[in-house]
Amino acid sequence: MTIKSKKDTGKLTLTLTGRLDTSTAPNLEETLKESYDGVTELVFDLEKLEYISSAGLRALLSAQKTMNKQGSMKVINVGEEIMEIFEITGFTEILTIE
Amino acid sequence: MTDTKLFRFKVNADVNELQRVQGFVEECMQGIDCSSKTMMQINVAVEEIFVNIAHYAYSGEIGKAVIEAEITDDPKAVTITFIDSGVMYNPLAKPDPDVTLSAKERQIGGLGIFMTKKFMDELSYEYRDGQNVFAMKKNL
Repeated sequence: MTIKSKKDTGKLTLTLTGRLDTSTAPNLEETLKESYDGVTELVFDLEKLEYISSAGLRALLSAQKTMNKQGSMKVINVGEEIMEIFEITGFTEILTIE
Repeated sequence: MTDTKLFRFKVNADVNELQRVQGFVEECMQGIDCSSKTMMQINVAVEEIFVNIAHYAYSGEIGKAVIEAEITDDPKAVTITFIDSGVMYNPLAKPDPDVTLSAKERQIGGLGIFMTKKFMDELSYEYRDGQNVFAMKKNL
């Protein structure tokens, strides 16, 4: 997975490409930990995300929990297959998906 | 006539082997007409079960896992079986997480086996001759 990060004052956009799985979720968690400071709006662009497992869901849940305390978070450009996983796991209710 | 193909792969029960395990299953299914959505669901189930074994079966040591894939064409289905000699563990005994809770109340665990149950059509577990044998079948 590659993570492209774009910061514009308080707004951080992370574009994820590839697989968010057991091997790659720690990279995302690390990137987030280093970036949270001063972020009030976090956006995940998932257009190029091909695969997500429970490890990836946990990373998104943890980001949502952090952003609930310091601002807002949304997920954009979710493909059909990833969306189905969000639906089955109830993540459509947890995340703001646009 | 029913045609059955059986493939077998022995690997270290180590999360670093995840891509190879998923690659093995994808290779077994080559030439089978299935949507990318179905393939992703199978891959998710394979990851969840294999990673569970890698994390918990051998308590910190690297043991072995055997993955078998059985492909039948009438009816069209794939059955993937995971065998390890680690501590006895039945993933099906775990209660499902409450997927209606808010982010704040959500527990972090249990989602993997929950998705496996949702994505696969039949699951079975038995402890046999000192081995955990977990099988999951997906109708194609």
